[in-house]
Amino acid sequence: MSGYLYYPGCSMEGSGRSYRESLEGVLEPLGITLEEINDWNCCGATEYVSLSTTPAYAMIARNLAIAAGEQKDGESLVAACSACYLNLAKADHYMGKQPALNARVNDALGAGGLHYDPGTVRVRHLLEVILTDVGLDAVKAAVKRPLTGLKVAPYLGCMVPRPDVTGMTSDHDQPKSLDMLLRALGAEVVDYPLRTECCGGHMTQIAPRVGLELIRRLVSEAERLEAVMMVTVCPMCQINIDAYQGEMNAMFHTKHKMPIVFFTQLMGVAFGLEPKKMGVGREYTNASKTLAKALKAAPELALAAAGAPPAPRPRPDKRALPMPTMPQTPGMADSEVQE
Amino acid sequence: MIRAGKRAEVLRSNTPWMCLSCYHCVVRCPQEIEITDVMYAIKTIAEKEHTYPSNVGPDFTGVFIGQARRFGRSWEIGLTARHYLRHFPLRLPGMAPMAFGLFRHGRIGILPHRIEQRKQLQAILKRADELERAQ
Repeated sequence: MSGYLYYPGCSMEGSGRSYRESLEGVLEPLGITLEEINDWNCCGATEYVSLSTTPAYAMIARNLAIAAGEQKDGESLVAACSACYLNLAKADHYMGKQPALNARVNDALGAGGLHYDPGTVRVRHLLEVILTDVGLDAVKAAVKRPLTGLKVAPYLGCMVPRPDVTGMTSDHDQPKSLDMLLRALGAEVVDYPLRTECCGGHMTQIAPRVGLELIRRLVSEAERLEAVMMVTVCPMCQINIDAYQGEMNAMFHTKHKMPIVFFTQLMGVAFGLEPKKMGVGREYTNASKTLAKALKAAPELALAAAGAPPAPRPRPDKRALPMPTMPQTPGMADSEVQE
Repeated sequence: MIRAGKRAEVLRSNTPWMCLSCYHCVVRCPQEIEITDVMYAIKTIAEKEHTYPSNVGPDFTGVFIGQARRFGRSWEIGLTARHYLRHFPLRLPGMAPMAFGLFRHGRIGILPHRIEQRKQLQAILKRADELERAQ
């Protein structure tokens, strides 16, 4: 069992509830434990850091200071929400790089009896922890009900692959991390080129035309690639694409119906857990039916993948044009001719 | 542009307010300029000097920050309700099914969650505000 400190973030308690429910469900099969840090506060999302420096970073650093105080053996601090992960990582990174900022933030923290030395806590995103520490082999070993036949579009969003302050990856545009994980669960993963494009963030709130157009692009591209479901790692992406799809359809006169779920939900289902307990069904565009349909079709497909006799070749169509044939040489076996 | 003497144009522009923090520019910039943070800096100055082109963005951010500072947590329903009433009342009828859905699916709480150590957080923020003003 590997242990980590855990920063849930506000969304996990509200709109991203299914993320929390499914995450709690998959911890045991994955063999990891998360210890929620005590009395954490909001990271300020993309809002606070965009309009202030010292107060915004002090607010984030309060969480880092609490986490540092709760570390027993240098545990990492894991966040599942992309914005929380980036804010925590960025605060640690900038405080280490800019002594003046570090001094001001620590001066402010001091007013609350706290202190934080940059570099003390390593901030990591849940997906990266699962891929690096748990590993794909362990994930595969935990799969009890492969998601065979479920065609999904992997959607990472912006803030996990970029700006990558900790230098985790060389590919900031088309990283295949989520693809690999979903494939390990048995799902069919489409090559979704918009995997790291933006969902619009708060644009659905302040400039609806812009926000809804970004959502339209994401959803229509997933549909064009015949994915039946989008899979995300971020509560903001989930609620934008899920809750605003109706308004988007009204604006662009489209009829998209694309469910979007968290990757932990699909992990739970693949690990044999009850979909409802994984929060499946809390979406606006319900994912339960799509998921049930795919799982129902799965046993036969799984059998085929496991080396069962292939289906007989279709008989030649008599109405079709004649195919070119090799002249038969007497005394030669068929197999030799083919070679 | 600011160095070229176009400070007013830059601060009145809507560009930084359209920035989504997607960080595509940051990882692509050959000079390794933290463009997102530059946008943030322009927004911060524009907000201070009230030169923003529209108050929808600053207002949304301001309300979000105010609630996060007060409760220690963001308050989704309070933020969106206030924002729509003030800036997009016409979108409200269309939003009703969505709000209903959030409740039905158990995805939203009505009252804000408050952290325990609000006094500590506010003491930190008060000192941080002083340091920010002194800059």
